[in-house]
Amino acid sequence: MSTTPDLLYSEEEEALRSAVRDLLTDRCDPAAVIARTESDTPHDLALWKTLTDGMGLAGLLVPEELDGQGATHREAAVVLEELGRAVAPVPYLTSAVVATEALLECGADDLLAQLATATSIGALAVGLHTAPGAAFATVRVENGHLHGELTGIADAAVADLLLVPADDGGLYAVDSAAVTVTPQVSFDLTRPLATVRLDGVAGRRVGDAGPAVRRALRAGAGLLASEQLGLAEWTLTETVRYLKERKQFNRPVGGFQALKHRLAGLWLETVGLRAAARNAADALATGEDADVAAAVAQAYAASVAVHAAEEALQLHAGIGMTWEHPVHLYLKRAKADSIAYGTAGAHRAALAELVDLRAP
Amino acid sequence: MTDAAELRSLTQGLLTAYPPATTDRTDFLRARFDAGLAWVHYPVGLGGLGAPRSLQAVVDAELEAAGAPDNDPRRIGIGLGMAAPTILRYGTDEQKQRFLRPLWVGEEVWCQLFSEPGAGSDLAALGTRAVREGDGDWVVNGQKVWTSSAHLARWAILIARTDPDVPKHAGITYFLCDMTDPGVEVRPLRQITGEAEFNEVFLTDVRIPDSRRLGEVGDGWRVAQTTLNNERVAIGGMRLPREGGMIGPVSKTWRERPELRTHDLHQRLLGLWVEAEVTRLTGERLRQQLVAGQPGPEGAGMKLAFARLNQQISGLEVELRGEEGLLYDDWTMRRPELVDFTGRDAGYRYLRSKGNSIEGGTSEVLLNIVAERVLGLPSEPRTDKDVAWKDLAR
Repeated sequence: MSTTPDLLYSEEEEALRSAVRDLLTDRCDPAAVIARTESDTPHDLALWKTLTDGMGLAGLLVPEELDGQGATHREAAVVLEELGRAVAPVPYLTSAVVATEALLECGADDLLAQLATATSIGALAVGLHTAPGAAFATVRVENGHLHGELTGIADAAVADLLLVPADDGGLYAVDSAAVTVTPQVSFDLTRPLATVRLDGVAGRRVGDAGPAVRRALRAGAGLLASEQLGLAEWTLTETVRYLKERKQFNRPVGGFQALKHRLAGLWLETVGLRAAARNAADALATGEDADVAAAVAQAYAASVAVHAAEEALQLHAGIGMTWEHPVHLYLKRAKADSIAYGTAGAHRAALAELVDLRAP
Repeated sequence: MTDAAELRSLTQGLLTAYPPATTDRTDFLRARFDAGLAWVHYPVGLGGLGAPRSLQAVVDAELEAAGAPDNDPRRIGIGLGMAAPTILRYGTDEQKQRFLRPLWVGEEVWCQLFSEPGAGSDLAALGTRAVREGDGDWVVNGQKVWTSSAHLARWAILIARTDPDVPKHAGITYFLCDMTDPGVEVRPLRQITGEAEFNEVFLTDVRIPDSRRLGEVGDGWRVAQTTLNNERVAIGGMRLPREGGMIGPVSKTWRERPELRTHDLHQRLLGLWVEAEVTRLTGERLRQQLVAGQPGPEGAGMKLAFARLNQQISGLEVELRGEEGLLYDDWTMRRPELVDFTGRDAGYRYLRSKGNSIEGGTSEVLLNIVAERVLGLPSEPRTDKDVAWKDLAR
């Protein structure tokens, strides 16, 4: 920790935020997202195309010489805050962050260029629940062909390119057309999971799975905190707005002190989450203190996002319990995010080693 | 506009003219004040240069490197953090000239006579009376409480009721009270730690010349807001290293005493460590916002966060110590010069930090403030709004 992290947003980052928010306001309204969840295409690939072709957002982490934007995790984090606010069903975190980081570690330049330009959507074929540094399932390599089934792969249903860890220690790039992808009924309707079955598929070994998966999951965990911040912000803002309008006992419900204190406490939690998420994004960008910063953010973020969504549901009361009201999308995403890339407990256990507060 | 290079050069000039090694401490501090290097954002002639507040760090770093004495800010925190900004904003020229220099140098300690036994969270209901004798002095009678440093203080900032016939906020006037007046009696107020960091202050026919009134008659509530807002700014926005607060001692104990560890304590310690780190980062973010000239509402929450954390961490530490947690270092009644949240042992820290959610605004009142001013939720019903102070229920 030799330098102080920059925890603010630059003017450029704020401009990026407004552009993404404007687009999502127009193109990702809650009713449409709810309707889409039960269609054959839960992902919104038209929105994805606008975010990527139109704004170049898939290439933020990729250098310019590989057709990326040469930006950093700080900008990607701002995009994720906005995507979280809208529970947008697009494969941004999985393709533009996690799969991209794995390929950056492997130095697979041609594939990086494909992901950066969104010519392909990528997915790392490691279960979404896996924490950085934890064990993960692999497929068998037999005579140069891959065999096996991997489960819980987020956004695999729309991936063109799967990055598959194998039992020889390699990470293989596999064309999704050559595998069987079966959607799983997922708790989070807006980031659905799928199983990936490989029956003797030829893959291209792009590098060692260990370091690539670790780096990818660390970036995923660190930047997930920004998505969780977006979820918490939306649920808090929407709940405050609703409670100013909703009247019972001849008063706005938001005027009752029991509720005011809960909302003030929630605001305090989101303020903390913003600092933790900015710190993780900045640390990933500079490479300094990134293990601790990502673990701190993930040890804190899940409880805030889940608490905000649970409070939003309770304080919206009856209407919050309906399928029609979007708060359930946020609750489902927040709860799934509390498992994604490692639970808070897994990240606390990592911290015990990182900051030398060891178990008995 | 003064820039960093100019401040460095002025500071070097001060150090050359008054070498710290051979200059009396008070003389050095007076010279620093007169050079405008005390608080650079204050006006010229009042210890400052009208420079951006963020440049104070430049001066402080130069002086620290040269081994110059400081004004022991912890000893004079109420003067620096609360009295000074209020005098600067509302004081007459004569008051600013008279009070700010000895306040900053530390020759005159200040205390705050605001809270009363019957006016805590509802401070504006205060009942200490100030009555004017003709066109002359004010005569003050009443009782104040929770007064840190009253036994050391030369001056006090005081709010008193000057008009009982109007609603409570309208009838208050702000004064600068001489603590050596024979009508001022300071009694130690022993607290649960065993020591008496606070005092009760009894005011009996205390005479205050009208020239020591701060702001207009009846405008004391507005003047007091400057004092109270600065108190809360002083609490947030500090720069801390990792493990810089109360989490430091308990982490150290954990590392050094493996025999005390249990799985339950481990989980709780890690949870609090994370919260302490997030709160530290929140404070750092607030500081960066202030330096960038974009103050956010985050400051309102810092005191809430610190109070809860300090209580939970110190409570965990008492438990971690097991058999030793059954002991206490010393119950002797003392009157410490400094408020010390992190000193002494875990038991003391646990008891002292109980006050963190009460002093400077209870956590319950601060939650109301966040809900109303930050989130814009409806304010509490106000049954006393149009009632004369003298007719309030008590």
